[in-house]
Amino acid sequence: MSELIFEKSVPGRRGYRLPAHDGPQRPLRDLLPAEHLRRQPPRLPEASELDVVRHYTRLSQRNFSVDTHFYPLGSCTMKYNPKLNDRIASWSRFADMHPLHPASCAQGLLRLLYELEQLLCEITGMHAFTLQPAAGAQGELTGLKMVRAYHRAKRQDRSTILIPDSAHGTNPASASLSGFQVMELKSNAHGLIDLAELRGRLSNDVAALMLTNPNTLGLFERDILAITALCHEHGALVYMDGANMNALLGLAKPGDMGVDLLQLNLHKTFSTPHGGGGPGAGPVGVSRSLEPFLPVPRVRKTGKRFVWDERGRRSIGRVHAFYGNVGVLVRAYIYIRTLGREGLERTGRAAILNANYLKARLADVFPVPFAGRCLHEFVVSLTPLKACGVTAWDVAKRLLDYGFYAPTVYFPLVVDEAFMIEPTETESRETLEAFANALRGIAQEARTNPELLRRAPHQLPVNRVDDVKAAREPNVRWTPSQVPVSNTSG
Amino acid sequence: MDYTPHTDADIQDMLQTIGVGSPEDLLAEIPQEVRCRSLNVPAGLSETEVLTLCEQLAASNRSMHEFASFLGFGAAHHAIPTIVDALSARGEWLTPYTPYQAEASQGTLQMIYEFQTMICELMGMEVANASLYDGASALAEAATLALRVTGRRRLLIGETVHPHYRQVVSTYVSGFPCVVQELPAASGVADLEALSAALNDDVAAVILQQPNVFGCLEPMEQAVAAAHQVGALGVASVSPISLGLLQPPGAYGADIATAEGRSLGSPVAYGGPGLGLLTTTQALLRKIPGRIAGCTVDQSGRRSFTLTLQTREQHIRREKATSNVCTNEGWLCLRATIFLSFLGPEGFRELAQLNAQKAHELHSRLVELGFMKPLFDQPFFHEFAMRCLNDHTVEEINRKLLRQGLIGGLPIGRWYPHHPDASLWCATETIAQTDIDRLIDALKRL
Repeated sequence: MSELIFEKSVPGRRGYRLPAHDGPQRPLRDLLPAEHLRRQPPRLPEASELDVVRHYTRLSQRNFSVDTHFYPLGSCTMKYNPKLNDRIASWSRFADMHPLHPASCAQGLLRLLYELEQLLCEITGMHAFTLQPAAGAQGELTGLKMVRAYHRAKRQDRSTILIPDSAHGTNPASASLSGFQVMELKSNAHGLIDLAELRGRLSNDVAALMLTNPNTLGLFERDILAITALCHEHGALVYMDGANMNALLGLAKPGDMGVDLLQLNLHKTFSTPHGGGGPGAGPVGVSRSLEPFLPVPRVRKTGKRFVWDERGRRSIGRVHAFYGNVGVLVRAYIYIRTLGREGLERTGRAAILNANYLKARLADVFPVPFAGRCLHEFVVSLTPLKACGVTAWDVAKRLLDYGFYAPTVYFPLVVDEAFMIEPTETESRETLEAFANALRGIAQEARTNPELLRRAPHQLPVNRVDDVKAAREPNVRWTPSQVPVSNTSG
Repeated sequence: MDYTPHTDADIQDMLQTIGVGSPEDLLAEIPQEVRCRSLNVPAGLSETEVLTLCEQLAASNRSMHEFASFLGFGAAHHAIPTIVDALSARGEWLTPYTPYQAEASQGTLQMIYEFQTMICELMGMEVANASLYDGASALAEAATLALRVTGRRRLLIGETVHPHYRQVVSTYVSGFPCVVQELPAASGVADLEALSAALNDDVAAVILQQPNVFGCLEPMEQAVAAAHQVGALGVASVSPISLGLLQPPGAYGADIATAEGRSLGSPVAYGGPGLGLLTTTQALLRKIPGRIAGCTVDQSGRRSFTLTLQTREQHIRREKATSNVCTNEGWLCLRATIFLSFLGPEGFRELAQLNAQKAHELHSRLVELGFMKPLFDQPFFHEFAMRCLNDHTVEEINRKLLRQGLIGGLPIGRWYPHHPDASLWCATETIAQTDIDRLIDALKRL
């Protein structure tokens, strides 16, 4: 078992040394009144530099990551993150910049942000972008606030957002956080939006349709032009969740499909590292009619200079303390400039090739409930294994033993025992082959030795963790009185 | 260039396995009408060319290492120990995602558990989540949390709360049926009489910042007590580094405390990514937004970690979730955790004290000049507001300082029009005595 850093703490041990104050010394009582002073120090670990280095190096080795393992997590686009981008983003003239630096000291960064907006406009076919949202879900929130502002400006009170049943969970959550009612659209037999159902649901209370294209089944909405036209006829906007934009790079532009606004997840499509859960970035692109509602400030070019413009009478306001996750935006810019137009298209095509190849290699193992030609990802159903008493969750855990991170499981909700697989373009044919063989082997194990799967994983630092105990008896922080359970090595 | 590994032979073989004749056949589902006709993006670049391009962009920036900067405003410059960069650059930390598969993510999960513990310790609070986007959105989530748990419709927020944070709170609550009322602060801190007058049983929360945007220390204990008298929550937005010296929110009874945690080992990066910290009392645990790592056991009874209380979250609860947040700022959690482990309690206190020393030195030297006067007569931590009494505007002074490689105090008239001649000055451990000497010399020569 891995000890906590707190359990390695030794009273009086020191790591980092700060410089002494090089000006006149003033006693603490002259600096701050006693009633504001802290009485008990925080119980932080006391450790040497080597203690800290070894602890966090060894902990890192208890992770699967893109750098170490195939990570086919559906709808998360776990592609390779170029080291070059990390290196440049850490340069002092990008990293050690204050957000209220005089613009004359930040022209390079402002230019980069301005050009990134232009590049994202070109790639998506949208008219204007804000780079402010810090993640995809915050982009959705930003977009939906703009939808509300747009209708309000037209003196319309529309309170409903239509969302297909296959949508990411953030979509309905963002809609309610924006003060809308959610109405679910049932997918048709092909896993796509049903035009008749859509027509039946549209009314003058519908503010927008929120769709994902390609959707979470990896399928392109073939009727997209009819869908957007129908929404517009009823005065509703079309918001596209751009989480799956990787499939469309250089191949199709949402702006050409009649989409009014969308968010991009730069940590997915544009290859910025996921960081164990973030930071991401969720820029929002809009059509011309929605531009006045974009968050402020906006970066503008006046002559040869770049400046921040705080004006925006109809803007929804700010969603970030400053300009968004600039450290992430810098990486995305470098990625786009590295790939260029040919590289972007090759990336989109290779993502689709890999998904279709893996799907073909698994076709005789698991059924694909919606059988259309997939784009960047696909969903298989593991229901055939139910007969052996094995669930998708068990298979996910067994995959870890084979050295593969598990796909997204039990999502989308429209497929039973779903396994949502997104290989991304940076994986080689050999890796896909090995993954298909592993799943084939596991399907065989399910029949011969289901118990092996139900107790998986077996080869990791810990075996199956008890999620029920975690939720019933929440222990979300360490306290010194806590006695470690079963101190065996892992 | 791109990062795809396929050879021509791979592509041919793969197409054959799929059972299609050409790559175009894979795109058959995308209608021709929406296929991309042109992509006006520059041609791709090699690594060397990218480096040249970025060097050119960087050439017209000046960093806080080159120019001594006295800017704070929630984004002060702090030193980053080498091991934070070295350890956090490991691919095992940088390239996984949210730890959905606990057994293959014990590193990230244990780190988050340690992070939550350290943040609770700093804040003196009982519960912390695994982070939100930044200090502003953390405060906005605290506001919506307060509205949700109290069922009330009024928020009282100090006009001394960072103006950008107030704007983000307004954006977030604009979908709720609620009123946001600002509390005046004529003396630089919240006016307790005005607070008492504004409190009633429809107030969900009293929201203050400590130290506030002017750097002044708010009467948090009295404000929180007043909030509790009418059943409202006390919400504090704090500066983490100050907590090495100042009373933590738990000590003055805050129900929710948030912060911008970037100062704990991450670069300012032009304002983002930030690290939104959100802490609460135990009573609110099942209501809070965002990921939470919990300690549990595996089947062999060994201690292990997992994401927990997920029934609060959007991927399970959809429109009924406590928030829409999904991605957090995991990599900055890691950096904060390493930073705090390396400083320890003593180093952390010394860091806070060094900040206070530097700022007080800067303050007395500016006052000695004769033409600058404190805007408020209040205790402060590492930032304070000054008025300029001579004929120069703050903007003029700053232009002259800039020519000498100094970034002067931030003019605040744009957010506080009634203080047109005021500016905010901040000094941290990154400011040397020689920087202050240079600044004072330059100001004397105006």
